[in-house]
Amino acid sequence: MSVVLWICGTILSIAAFLTIIRLIKGPSILERVIATDVLLLIVSAALCIDMTVNKHTNNLVFVVLACLVGFIGSVTVSRFVTDRRNA
Amino acid sequence: MLDTIIDVIASIFMILGCLMSLAAGIGMLRFPDLLSRMHAATKPQVLGLFLLLAALGLELRSWVIVPVLALAWIVQLLTAPVSAHMVGRAGYRTRHLKRETLLTDELATVVAAAAARERKENGEDTESNRADFID
Amino acid sequence: MSPVERLSDAKNESGQRQRATLRQELPLLLWMVLVWGALWQDFSPGNLVFGLILSLIVVNVFQLPPVILSGRFNIFRAVTFLGRFLWDVVLASFEVMYLAIFRGPKTKSAVIAVCLRTESDLIMTGVGHVLTLVPGSYVVEVDRRSSTLYLHVLNVNAPEDAEQARQDVMDIEARLIRMMGSKEELEALNAEPKHTKSKTKKISEEGKP
Repeated sequence: MSVVLWICGTILSIAAFLTIIRLIKGPSILERVIATDVLLLIVSAALCIDMTVNKHTNNLVFVVLACLVGFIGSVTVSRFVTDRRNA
Repeated sequence: MLDTIIDVIASIFMILGCLMSLAAGIGMLRFPDLLSRMHAATKPQVLGLFLLLAALGLELRSWVIVPVLALAWIVQLLTAPVSAHMVGRAGYRTRHLKRETLLTDELATVVAAAAARERKENGEDTESNRADFID
Repeated sequence: MSPVERLSDAKNESGQRQRATLRQELPLLLWMVLVWGALWQDFSPGNLVFGLILSLIVVNVFQLPPVILSGRFNIFRAVTFLGRFLWDVVLASFEVMYLAIFRGPKTKSAVIAVCLRTESDLIMTGVGHVLTLVPGSYVVEVDRRSSTLYLHVLNVNAPEDAEQARQDVMDIEARLIRMMGSKEELEALNAEPKHTKSKTKKISEEGKP
């Protein structure tokens, strides 16, 4: 199991790194919103793996809530975005 | 014996699930415009979360948590398309798109036609017509 | 609700929506009780009854316009639909993965209009949800009055690909109607000749920027 943990950790770190590059580069706020969304899902993936390897269910509710929070965040921002580059 | 098999399956699921997150990350970086990036942000993650939750269910082997796992996935199924639509719609309206990556754009023709009709009528009614079409 | 009523209800600005009857809210109540039980990881009767009381309060305090069900539900079709849906989700993920890694910045896409057969909001929403999760597309804009969805489709390199995507959406809609559409819609669907380019919306190329 610890080998799997290392593989998954590496893959997720690379994924998070790529997403953070997009988060920095932008260029618009909408790109940043979806990058944040992806980052949140990567975090909840990491929590799932932690629960699987250590066999507990402490973070399960967080995984459910992460989807909802990401959803509310992106909907709110896209509702108020205006036609202004580099906003 | 059975435990080993289940462990191996769960491990495969976990690695595949992580690869889906990686695919989302690569897609975020490599797709040309916002509207294409939305695909990378929504689709692989749905399968990725499913695989990870399935791995969790296989490892814990208790029926009590199956409803919660199903709920987590269903919540994602319900929310991912809506946020994709909202962000895509805002992106299209605020012109965060690269025309050259689009082969055809049938919405643009409709919008142009509606704008032309509005200019032609140019009366009190135009505002309400436009509101009808867009919202 | 007929399309005219539906539109007038949506346009009604007095803040008064049509009240949903208890029978129309039953599926929602059932779903909320199940969520409550799942979150507590406890399906004992006491907990479920408490969940039911809470969901009754929620439904009555935060009122939503009613979701109109057709009253038809085919379990066999639902199971095949679910199986096909899961398989499509797997395909979609690998397709996007492939495109992201090997095609990258050269990926071409398109915005196409698909005019659906149905007039039901529920089925339109269902089609929108399902096609966002299966290969290729998501909804950019909706025209509720003419049941037209405007989709962004990934990996469209030729007009035939766009036509294929349109056909796929019509197939999803057909499967949803077979599962839970009203009798009239089902009859209209069965009356259609097979393997035709069904009621797809053609918009002329003129006026394209």
